[in-house]
Order: sequence, then structure tokens, then C-alpha cells
Amino acid sequence: MSYRILDAGDAALTIEFGRVIDPALLAAVNALDAAIQRLQQAGALPGVIETMPTFRSLTVFFDPLATDRETLLAALQPAIAAAEHGAPATGRRWRLPVCYAGEAAPDLAEVARTLGIDEAEVVALHSGTDYLVYMLGFLPGFPFMGDLPAALRLPRRAEPRVRVPAGSVAIATGLTAIYPWESPGGWHLLGRCPVPLFDARRASPSLLAAGDRVRFVPVSADECRAIEAALRSGDLDPERWLDADDDTRSTTAEDAA
Amino acid sequence: MSAQTELEILAAGAYASLQDGGRRGHRRIGVPWAGVLDRRLMRLANALAGNVEDAPVIECFEGGLQLAARGGAVKVAVAGDATLELDGADGRRQIVPWRSLTLADGESLRIRKLGGGRIAMVAVAGLAVPPVMGSVSTYVRAGLGGVDGRALAAGMRLPLGADHAYGTDRVLTHPPAPDDRPIRIVPGPQADHFSATALDALVGGDYRVTAEADRMGIRLEGARLEHAGSADIVSDATVPGSIQVPGSGQPIVLLADAQTAGGYAKIATVITADLGRLAALRPGQALRFALVDAVEGARIARAAEAETRSLLASIRPLPSDGVDLEALYTANLVGGVVHALSAEYRPLY
Repeated sequence: MSYRILDAGDAALTIEFGRVIDPALLAAVNALDAAIQRLQQAGALPGVIETMPTFRSLTVFFDPLATDRETLLAALQPAIAAAEHGAPATGRRWRLPVCYAGEAAPDLAEVARTLGIDEAEVVALHSGTDYLVYMLGFLPGFPFMGDLPAALRLPRRAEPRVRVPAGSVAIATGLTAIYPWESPGGWHLLGRCPVPLFDARRASPSLLAAGDRVRFVPVSADECRAIEAALRSGDLDPERWLDADDDTRSTTAEDAA
Repeated sequence: MSAQTELEILAAGAYASLQDGGRRGHRRIGVPWAGVLDRRLMRLANALAGNVEDAPVIECFEGGLQLAARGGAVKVAVAGDATLELDGADGRRQIVPWRSLTLADGESLRIRKLGGGRIAMVAVAGLAVPPVMGSVSTYVRAGLGGVDGRALAAGMRLPLGADHAYGTDRVLTHPPAPDDRPIRIVPGPQADHFSATALDALVGGDYRVTAEADRMGIRLEGARLEHAGSADIVSDATVPGSIQVPGSGQPIVLLADAQTAGGYAKIATVITADLGRLAALRPGQALRFALVDAVEGARIARAAEAETRSLLASIRPLPSDGVDLEALYTANLVGGVVHALSAEYRPLY
């Protein structure tokens, strides 16, 4: 696997493994990321502030007063060379409830029309697929997940929305995501997930991590509201939606409702 | 029992927020650093107030911020080319910036306007605001830091710790001179996504700051930068200083609150030493870019750090009140005076 070193100013550089979305590239990114964290813990990378793994590249942020580009690249070289043999990250598996109905799904009808299939089929396809969390970004806790089934592939909306509600489950360009915050956005909104993806009070503020796998479980609007109420009152722990394979706790939405 | 000493925000002006050195280590989950737009101003303000260099400060845009001491005396210090007014027990008077000042209970300080740049930092001795995810920096989009994750607003009260000490006031008699040299940029990471002439176009002429300029980024207007193919890339990491170019061909420089990843090709990156200067430009102001490589950018960063350290080292105790301080360094503020006399600018917020 070839790679390129790209400068991102005087205080960051990017190691790019490719230009497309591909789980094999992600495996290399995650392997390099893990290797750098091990080096940092061993004190072997003075001046490195943090890393940012993405679909196909890893950006290393450093303090130009504490290290320099050449020293850093020399220290990273073995880890970069080893990254191509990286195994896919072994993330956790989640089954997250989604309401695909009514005002939670403002674009469902239009998406179905554009794709030439009916709404139930869109929901069945979207909730019938295991997604890989490629990366987090854009907003705190915002997961870029893929890949969508081929029948659900659409470009972004021609007119981005000024306000996408928090919790919106959306698709665009072969990917799916959940908006953790109200924000502007150009993706198509298919539903609403009541589980908060980001909470600064948690030890790990982001519910999901790169390498996790996510499956969506359709719930009714009433169930969705009941889950939200239970989460608000503190009766539910978001980790209950970890898949039973990883966790023995129940994962069905009915228990919550 | 004495009341809790607090600093009350009487008015926030154009935009003001609590910021510190930034929230590191969470870009991987989509959390930008936030933090002050100009580290040098933060460090100088804190040194003047007797704080550690990266203690939280009030970062404000343009004039209008007004602060009052409540329940006790509060020491504050202003870094920036500011015109200040003190409302004290013995009336209203003008105060020069680049010094600390102890507000007696009930006294208030107002930033009337800013001259050479649109950003000033106000350090407060002993400010006691709890950090969120390792930082006090306000990141409004996710409600992190500051006061309940929000920008400062009239009526908010910032608590001071029990141990806030009141040493001698301090002054910086030779503040940094205005610097309107070109903003230095390192090509990449996606310079190869642009036509062969795009980098030349970027450094060849004036760009102008548009009205869309905030803590997330600054949209510029000038020569159109042509992409070699599509403007879109598979999203990768952004950094503070990334110059991303959407399909319009007009560049956007990302700042402290910008999203951590983006899908537009990035033609170049502003070096860390010049980012504060860029962020302080006002809508309508012109700027030029100049190319350096990453190694030269790091050399400039070290030189800028040495300059900041010598500024910090030059801070000294303020001669006891009554000395003609204003005269002492009005002489050093010729640049500031010129800026203050320039056409009145109406902030766009």
C-alpha cells in the first residue's frame, strides 16, 4: 500500500493512504493511529498533541516548538510502514433505535420517489444493513457510517437545510449518519434516533468510536418518545443499546418503552 | 461573612466568550480545540493580571464589552489596541490598555472601541470557572465550556476563587507593533487538486475579508481559485488555518471553532504564527498571502515565540498611581492612535 505525506501547515501533517472510502484503507489508518498512541504512551513522540483518523488518512498535530517535521517523520516511519498490514479495528456493535415515521422522517417520501422504490423498502434497506463507523467529525460525536446498500445511494440535497434537528438519521453519497446536534446540513433525513450521541459528562463523551458497527432498529413514534423520556429521567443508560454479542444487557426497544 | 466576589458582565458588545489555550485531544470525536484566536494576546493579558499564561480570558470582538466588580475588588488586564473607560468612584476616565487595573467593588470598565485589530483579551485575576473536557474554552455549537456553554451575555456573573491575589499592577510599556505583512501559508495538503495557476493566483493579489467572519472561519473574496477537477474530496482532517476552497473558487480560512473534518479541497494552510493576525482582520479589510514551506513555517513559529517571550519578560510593575503613565506610553502607541482615527467601522454581527 502506498502512502503520501502531506503538509497541513507548520503544526500538522497528514499521512494519506488513498483517496477513496474503503475499509482496507480504514484498517491502515486505525493501525497507524493505534501505533502512534502506543509510541506516545511510551514517551517516544515528544511534541505530538493528538491524531485525527479519517476515512483514508491520519493527521498528526504537533507543537512546532517541541519537535520538527523531520524528527517526527523519522520516528513515525516504522509505524507507517507497518500500517498497511493492520487488521480492521475490532469495535463494539450497536443496535440503535430509529423512528422512520411522520415528522421524524421529513425526506422519506421524496427519497423513495427519487429512488423509485416504496417507503417501506427504503426503511427495510436502511435498517437491514450493518454499518461501519468510518470516522467521527463535522460535529462532536457525528458518525460517518457506511456503506449504504447500492439502492439507497443519492447525492446530497440540492438545497441544504439551515436547521437539521438533533437526532436526525440521514443518508447521502453512500453514507449514513446521525446528527448529534442541531446544525445546518445537506443530507436526506430518513428518521430520528432518540439516543444521545454525545455527552460531555461521560468519561467517553462520544457514544460511538471509529471502527464500531451499527445496525438500526425501527421503532414507532410512541416508542421513540418513551425512550427519550426514560433517557431524560436518567432511567436508561445509552450503553444498553450495545449488541448482545458484546454485552449481555437487553437491547430491544420494547423494554425501554 | 463576605459576599462572593464576582465579575459581572454589564454588556457583551459585538461578541465575547471565555476562552483559554483550547480543548486538546478530542478532535478524533469531532470536538475542535476552540480556544483563543490569538495566543499571544491571551498570554500577555494573563501575565499582566498575574495569572498563568493559559488561564481563561474574555475574548471580545470590537468594542462594547463592559464589566463590573461585585462583592469585592477585581483585578483585570486588557491586551489589545483598545480604548478603555473606567467608571469609578471619582468619575469617568480614560484608561490605556496593556496594563492591569484593580476595579474596586462597584467600579466598571468598558471597552469603547478597538483600533488595529478587532480582537482584545481581558484577563481576570483568579477567575474560577470549571473546565469541561479539560478546557474552559466556550464552544457554543456543542454547548461546551464557558458559562453553561454559551457566549457571554449581560447579567452573567463570573465567580472569582478565594485565592485571587492582588499584587502590584503591571504594565507592558512597548506593546507589539501593528503588523500588516502578508499572511504566510504552506501549500497543501491538497494543492494538487487545483489548476497549475491557482497558488499563483492566491499569492498574486489582494483578498478581502467578507462579512462572514467569526470564530469558525473567515470567508475571503478575491481572485477565483480553479480546481483541477471537482472541489470535493473524501472528507479528511482540517486544522486551524486550513484554506478550503468550495466550488465557488473563493477561499475560506478555518479558525479555532471550525469543524474537525471537511470535504472541500484545501489549497494551503496559514502558519500558526500568523493565524491570530488573520483572525483579527475586519470585514472589508484587504490582505495578501505569501508562500513558505513547512520548515520555514516552523522557523517563523520559533521566532514568534522568542518575540512573545521578550514581550512577556518586559512586563514590569506599574509605577505607583499618579505617575504620568498616559504620557509615558502614548508615545509608544502612535500606530494605535492612527488606527483609532481611521474611518469608523460598523461591526457586522
